This record gives sequence, structure tokens and C-alpha cells, in this order.
Amino acid sequence: MLDLHGYGPTIFTGAILTIEVAIFSLIVALVLGLLGAIAKLSHFTPLRLVATAYTTLIRGVPDLVLMLLIFYGAQIMMNSLSDWIYYQYDYDFYINIDEFVAGVATIGFIFGAYMSETFRGAFLAVDRGQIEAGIAYGMTKRQVFFRIMFPQMMRHALPGLSNNWLVLLKTTALVSLIGLTDMTRLAKEASAATREPFVFFIPVAIIYLLITILSEWGFKVIEKKYSAGVIKG
Amino acid sequence: MDWLVQLLDSNQIFTTSTVLHYWDGLVVTVQLVFISLIIGLVLSLPLAILRTHRNPWINRPIWAYTYVFRGTPLLIQLYLIYYGVTYIPGIQESVFWFIMKDALYPALLAFVLNTAAYTTEILRGAIVATPMGEIEAARAYGMNFSKTMRRIVLPSAFRRALPAYSNEVIFMLHASAIASTVTIIDLTGAAKDVYSQHYAPFEAFTFVGAIYLCLTFSILFLFKRLEKNLLAHLAER
Repeated sequence: MLDLHGYGPTIFTGAILTIEVAIFSLIVALVLGLLGAIAKLSHFTPLRLVATAYTTLIRGVPDLVLMLLIFYGAQIMMNSLSDWIYYQYDYDFYINIDEFVAGVATIGFIFGAYMSETFRGAFLAVDRGQIEAGIAYGMTKRQVFFRIMFPQMMRHALPGLSNNWLVLLKTTALVSLIGLTDMTRLAKEASAATREPFVFFIPVAIIYLLITILSEWGFKVIEKKYSAGVIKG
Repeated sequence: MDWLVQLLDSNQIFTTSTVLHYWDGLVVTVQLVFISLIIGLVLSLPLAILRTHRNPWINRPIWAYTYVFRGTPLLIQLYLIYYGVTYIPGIQESVFWFIMKDALYPALLAFVLNTAAYTTEILRGAIVATPMGEIEAARAYGMNFSKTMRRIVLPSAFRRALPAYSNEVIFMLHASAIASTVTIIDLTGAAKDVYSQHYAPFEAFTFVGAIYLCLTFSILFLFKRLEKNLLAHLAER
């Protein structure tokens, strides 16, 4: 039997943390992605420019560099803010930058850019006539969005979404580098202590694979739901 | 050049020595990415052809290889190889130890295996998408398997694979940043050094981000040029 030298439960909690980071960043990314896509398709030029700059810049820089920039940069900004408040108001104020929040914010911020592109393409794929029909029925803009655009857009967005989710999941391994004790970091510490890297890294890799397999299956189910009424060729 | 030296000397963080440190990092990053992409591409070509083979004993193992390497984080693969090779029994006495004790080669191995897995799937998709009529025509001309591959299937498959492969190249460039976690001083490693020397995260990481951005855009530009030439028949008119 596999001997984990008593590290088994710890690595299990690390796996839970990995999943938490992944899910929270997915939520951030979905919200940012929707906002980004709407901004990119808006008729208001400054908004469109900001969204384009966001997606282009983020997708051109490695996630690790962004993560280090945001994590260490936010720390420094917090330091100078607390200094400033102390000198100005003589009040001691300090918030330590939490690794979990920094990790989730960074990954969410990065994948928001990828999601924007996915959603933008999906919105464009919705037939123009559908929107016109909604307007003809006297629906408000909000109603057209939630009743007509969104449900049909999801069908086109799902393949891209599932792809982004799988990449995001693998990117969560990087949070171990800014000090979060996810399963990658725990496996690294355990293998350094016991000098048996294979015993710890292979199970961690298998957990990642299992999550991948499960999510592929889950996306198939969701895809079936959103493709109701579509004839497959 | 004098003005440049003066400008750098009057700067607090971006002195001549830090700029040279970044330059060394850039060289390491470009080498790592370029070599792993070349070897990965060479490996993936036979793998992609075998992956389309009808016999499950041939295509299933290759599918398993690509699935595992595409389904686990590159960081884990890197750790596994970097920390793992030390503990392979007898490796420290063998000739391989001379190569493997340097961090560069385990990292290169991890990157090659990773990019080969992705490239195999990209090429397989392109090969499978070959219209059946083209292959039938080649058969009718009496071409054998290797001739059909060389003359008919691969030339058009490479063209079809080009847009997806440009994504893979950029992905590899960005993924190479994690080489800095195993003591390699690549671009990100250089930025980390500058950060810890001057405690200036914004300057250090924004600068390196800008370099990566330039590299990304150059790669995109090159591939756009290539696509324009090789995919001219698909262009909108």
C-alpha cells in the first residue's frame, strides 16, 4: 500500500484548498468575463478601449509574472497606504495581504480576460433576428439580455468555458508559489522532508487528473441541457 | 552608447547591471522555449501519425500520454522531474548525472514532454481533418502510405495546424516562467532577483511583463505573416 508517511490527511486538505481557489477564481473570472464582453461590444468607445487593453495585456503576460506583480505589489501599496494614514491621521491601520485573496483575485483577473473573449464570440453568435424579435415583443433591454441573449449565448460559450476552466484548474498550482498551502506546496514540502518525491507528486497529479475527468463529464451534462432543441448534424 | 550608460547610471533600479541581468534572463528564456518547441515538434510528428492509427494498442498509449500531460499542471510535471531524477537509483553514479544535476535539463525535459503532448493533439486534429477524397485520390494514383503522408496529408495538415500551433508557442513562452521556481534565472527569475535586491515589485515585474508582451506580439506577428503566405487560399476576398 502507498505509504504517505502520515501526510495523507494534510494533502487532502490541500486538495480542498486547491478546489476552493479554483471555484472562487472561476466565479471572479465569469463575472469579469461577462463585464468584459459587454464592454467590448458596447457602443461607448472608452469602455471598449479599456476592455480591449485589459484582454490584450493580460493575455500577453505570463500568469506567474502577473501573480507576483499583484501579490508583492499589493503588499507594497498596502505598506505605503498604512504609512500615509499613520503620518496624516496618526492612526495605526494595517491589513496584511491574504495569500488566498491575492491568489483568487489574480487568477480570476487573468481568466476574466480569456472569458471575455469567449463570451464576446458567443454573444456575436446569437442570431440578430432573435434580439429583434425580443424588442418587437416589447421586452426591455434587461429582459432581452436575460431571456434571449444569455441562454442562447451559453450554448456557444460552453466549449470555450470548459476549456478555460481546465486551464484555470491547472493554473491554481501556481498559488503554491506565493505561499498558499495548496496540495502542490504540501506535496513539495512532504517530498523534501521524506526524500520521496514520486510518492507525493504522483498522487497530486492523479487528483488533478480526476478533477479534470469529473469536470469534462460535468460539462457534457451541462452542454446537453443548453443544446436542447438543437439538431446535431 | 554613452548617453545610454549615463541614463542607466542615473537610474536607481534599472542600472547597467540589472539591465544586463534581464538580458541574460531573456537569453535563457528564449533558449529554453525555442529548444523545447523544436524537440517537441520533432517528437510530436510521429506520435500524431501513430495516434491516428486504427490499432488501439498503438493509439491508446499515445492518447494516455497526451491526456496525462495535458491534464496535470506543468508545475507538477516540472517538480516531479526536477526533484525526482535525483532519487532514481544509480543515477548519481551514471553519466546522466553530469547532465541532470544542472536545473536546465530537467526543466527542458519537462517542457519538451509537455509541449510534445499538446502539439501531438494539434497535429492529430489537423491530420484527421484531411478530406477523405484527397486520400482516395492518392490511393488511386498508387501512392503508398508514406508517400500519401509526405505529399498529400502532411503539407495541408501543417497549414491547418498553424493557428492552433501559434497558441501553443505563446502558451509555452508563458509557461516557461515557472522555470524560475527551480533556480533557473530566466526572465522571471531575473525579475525576482531585481525585486528582492531593490524591494521594488512594480518596477521589476512590470518591466519583465513588458518584455514578455513584446515577445508575445513578435510571435503573433511572425505567425500572422506565415499564415498569410501558407493559408493564402483560405483568405477572405
